[in-house]
Amino acid sequence: MAGLLLSSTEKVFIIHGVQDDYRSDGRSNIDYRPMELETDVVSHASGSSRLRLANTDILVGVKTEIDVPKPDKPGLGKLEFFVDCSANATPEFEGRGGEQLANSISNMLERAYHSPHAFNLKQLCILEGKQCWKLYIDILILECGGNLCDAVSLGVKAALFNTRIPFVKAVLMDGGNVDLQLSDDPYDCKYLDVASGPLLVTLCKIGDKCVVDPSAEEESCSVVSLVVGITGNPKFYVTAEEAKNMPDVELKCSMIGMNGPGSVAPKTFKDAINQGMVAAKCLDKALGQALLRERQENTSFKKHSYGFLK
Amino acid sequence: MSGHVSIRLASERVNHCVASNNELPQFYTPGEVITGTQDFMRGHGTYVEDDSLKASVAGVMQKVNKLICIRPLKSRYVGEIGDVVVGRVLEVQQKRWKVETNSRLDSILQLSSVNLPGGELRRRSAEDEQMMRKHLQEGDLISAEVQSVFSDGSLSLHTRSLKYGKLSQGVLIKVFPSLIKRRKNHFHNLACGVSVIIGNNGYIWISPQKQDIMVDDNREDIQNYEMQNA
Repeated sequence: MAGLLLSSTEKVFIIHGVQDDYRSDGRSNIDYRPMELETDVVSHASGSSRLRLANTDILVGVKTEIDVPKPDKPGLGKLEFFVDCSANATPEFEGRGGEQLANSISNMLERAYHSPHAFNLKQLCILEGKQCWKLYIDILILECGGNLCDAVSLGVKAALFNTRIPFVKAVLMDGGNVDLQLSDDPYDCKYLDVASGPLLVTLCKIGDKCVVDPSAEEESCSVVSLVVGITGNPKFYVTAEEAKNMPDVELKCSMIGMNGPGSVAPKTFKDAINQGMVAAKCLDKALGQALLRERQENTSFKKHSYGFLK
Repeated sequence: MSGHVSIRLASERVNHCVASNNELPQFYTPGEVITGTQDFMRGHGTYVEDDSLKASVAGVMQKVNKLICIRPLKSRYVGEIGDVVVGRVLEVQQKRWKVETNSRLDSILQLSSVNLPGGELRRRSAEDEQMMRKHLQEGDLISAEVQSVFSDGSLSLHTRSLKYGKLSQGVLIKVFPSLIKRRKNHFHNLACGVSVIIGNNGYIWISPQKQDIMVDDNREDIQNYEMQNA
């Protein structure tokens, strides 16, 4: 969003607004723009989701494959993130233009999901030391309207929530070789537990304060932005009755990244992370509720696929 | 749903179309036949093919006696003399500023068509030319009036009235120019303490009413900000 030109008085107006926790579109500093979510949009993927945040459009697909676990981590499965910036999003992504951005986003996701508090890789284990599931998470950026990291992390979590892993029927041990037989029934599968999956929150430093989900105008007022990965709360992903019996989980910060040439004072940094925690909690809650509603529709066979047509 | 974030499902999407009781005007798409007969005159946004009049843009029909025009709903701004516009200075050139006004070509604001500080009318000296960037900088927003339209359709603006000139703190909203009607007054002071400039080019400027006071109050802030960025 570097092409945007703003006069200094306009910038001062925005900065003063942010100082008073009031932004030009009526949001407060931790408000997001409205989002739209749909899961199960790609029929040939194990799990998929499509998320629209303002003009940002993200499509995430999850593919499963059987792989051999790493020798040093015999009981864990594997995750692989791949981000593709479509040239449809902006002309800058043409050719190798979006590669750097794509790499930085996939690296951030990898780091955020790396922590055992964020995502339990043990659930992807089939046979310790021999076989495990490998999830290929493909993220396609269809339209770029700012705040990519947050939108991508929401899309990824929704897609993982939607991912079904087939049950393993039989394991034949023939010497050292393992032969797996998967169930043929597409409904004979389990959902992944991604409730504690991390969400990325981008905090854009404007003046002394930080805002989430900045608009293009706000982005041009700030010189530095922080990206924090905050783990989710499993309580938000179960029904209210079940949540009563669950212990309270403290949110953890699994990743911190920084964009832009500016610097951040230690106090601002601390405030920003706390603000990110608050924002991530709201985000997680809203996502959990939306996903539960979607699953409800799914199980009662009421769901229609909307995709890109409506 | 929590107040800070709202995530809606695709199945919960609402149709925001306004239900109207009166009949909507017919919407023409490019290539659509407007009339088959030859009794009509061809206006803007139409062409003749195979003995029938067709639309060349997407929009609604305007009929004046026998002249048929199609007014596009989405288009660039086509200026007329006397229009009030809001624009952003793109470039400082010799004796003039290039201004972006949402028209097909950038508009021009001559040094001779601005009120220079000091008030009295005088010849523009070489010194004034060197001070141009002090007066209006790249990125600055201005309100202006269309003085004349050049033969290629680009606009020449002027700010020779106290109501025009540089805009200070506020928000710019961009809408389609076809949504804005030409009116006597485009400057409005609302009772709630907001002043609005509705530019004919679809740029709307919303600002606090006591602009001058605000600028004076925040002069230090603005200067500090400029120094930080310098």
